[in-house]
Amino acid sequence: MKIHQLSLFLENKPGRLSEPCQALASEGINILTLSLADTQQFGILRIIVRDWEKARDVLSKMGCVVNITEVVATEVEDRPGGLAEILKVIEAGGINIEYMYAFTFRYGDKAVLVFRFNDPDAALKVLQAKGINVIGPVELYERMRS
Amino acid sequence: MGGEFWHDAGCAFHPVSAPDYLPVKQLRQMQLHRLQAMVTRAYDNVPLYRDRMKERGVKPEDIQSLEDIAKLPFTVKTDLRDTYPFGLFASPMNEVVRLHASSGTTGKPIVVAYTKEDLDVWANAMVRCFAACGLDRGDIIQNAYGYGLFTGGLGAHYGAEALGATVIPISGGNTDRQLMIMKDFGVTAICCTPSYFIHIIDHAQKVGVDMKALPLRVGVFGAEPWTEEMRKRVQEETRIEAYDIYGLSEIVGPGVGNECWAHGGLHIFEDHFYPEVVDLNTLEPVPDGEEGELVFTTLSKKAMPMIRYRTRDITSMIAEPCKCGRTIRRISRISRRSDDMFIIRGVNVYPSQIETGLLSVEGTLPHYLIILTGDMGLADIEVQVEVTPEIFSDKIGAMEQLQKKISQAIERIINIRVKVRLVEPNTIQRSEGKAKRVIDKRNK
Repeated sequence: MKIHQLSLFLENKPGRLSEPCQALASEGINILTLSLADTQQFGILRIIVRDWEKARDVLSKMGCVVNITEVVATEVEDRPGGLAEILKVIEAGGINIEYMYAFTFRYGDKAVLVFRFNDPDAALKVLQAKGINVIGPVELYERMRS
Repeated sequence: MGGEFWHDAGCAFHPVSAPDYLPVKQLRQMQLHRLQAMVTRAYDNVPLYRDRMKERGVKPEDIQSLEDIAKLPFTVKTDLRDTYPFGLFASPMNEVVRLHASSGTTGKPIVVAYTKEDLDVWANAMVRCFAACGLDRGDIIQNAYGYGLFTGGLGAHYGAEALGATVIPISGGNTDRQLMIMKDFGVTAICCTPSYFIHIIDHAQKVGVDMKALPLRVGVFGAEPWTEEMRKRVQEETRIEAYDIYGLSEIVGPGVGNECWAHGGLHIFEDHFYPEVVDLNTLEPVPDGEEGELVFTTLSKKAMPMIRYRTRDITSMIAEPCKCGRTIRRISRISRRSDDMFIIRGVNVYPSQIETGLLSVEGTLPHYLIILTGDMGLADIEVQVEVTPEIFSDKIGAMEQLQKKISQAIERIINIRVKVRLVEPNTIQRSEGKAKRVIDKRNK
């Protein structure tokens, strides 16, 4: 149920973002979603792609430092309070969120959130016990196609 | 050859190494005889030495004991520049068979000369280095020191040949070919600067060569200061045992000293190169074990004798006998050169101290660059450190934590706040020879 996310180290300099994106594009790898966290000196680009192993190889080969992390994607009702409800469940379960971001697409009246938990397995149990729809990689890619 | 001096269990006996095991009394006698002959030659043939000795009121016959060496004047690098190119030669040109020179990045190069006998002394010293590293006939030595005017390449080359090993004169650079030959030729030992070897390891990883699967078992690393932490890294990532070799062109080139298997300092081949350690300020000899500047007097070199040459290298003398059985004295590893030192906010800092701090943090690589900015009085140190997969995290907080951890590790050693800048891999320039560690952009 967990999704592999690629993280890249980038120096905070003009043009640093385009190189890895360019490399993925030339291999026909589509970026499903991304998030960029940055400080004054450096940034961390987090991306989700379908063929993460190939993307990792492409990026490593061009000299990037790539790190693979397991993240959890959940559905959330696209209405006021939708996110708050999920967060309440996570909080009650004693799970820490390291960071989170949203997918750019919607599915019907649902949005998709990506969570980086300190303990993804424990988080999965808590979410599923409360009936929150966790989206696995296969389902996620299927949705992207439609 | 009698076995009574021979306790070196680490490697096969090489007859050339016999002087390493001389009884101390005999060694001192030999040194005194050679010193007296050399000082006489230098006095008779080199105006600079004669003038300086006259100034001090010293004559060659005043050298009656090894302690009398302290009566002799010092020689410094500028003396070689001032007498450029041949002013310090003690042999006529028709006896000089080889010249080497420094790169001369700071003006005129310094020139050094060898007679045929000098080359034999040099090769002999290099054989003793290799033997101390456990190398012998049958070993295949890849010599990645630069060939040419630099003494490293040819010095190691003739030493390896004299040992009877197979030498590959590949010189520095072209890392792909270095790896190919290392693999295809079954290389068992490599000679190069430690920073270049780190580069070879990195490159091997990138092109998928497993260093641990190679028969490479010995590394002879020198020509720049390196740290114990660097040795640990190199030995973790390969199967080699890393040995520190010491030398400088002014004295002979590589082969002035070398570690043995005990790795407890470097043995100095003092039957040819007489070592002293003197106080950095007073230039008076310091007691054994105390730190100071290393000074050498050549005892057997003909073409260009050196009297009390100040090396700018900082070390201490180790008088205790070594586990390996060698009776020649040791110096502690040289991790600092007074030339490399920079003064920041009134504190003396050496690049090796930064390296020690950096490498004490798990997962970091010994690729770093020190950048000094601001005004002389209130300068800042920035240390650029490459991010590796081992230390990279997808969490900003963890990366900031890492920056803090590295800067604290360095601050603990130098007591000055440093700014650590994380940079992308392979962005700090790799060196095929001596690594450049400091960029000084301060307003002077």
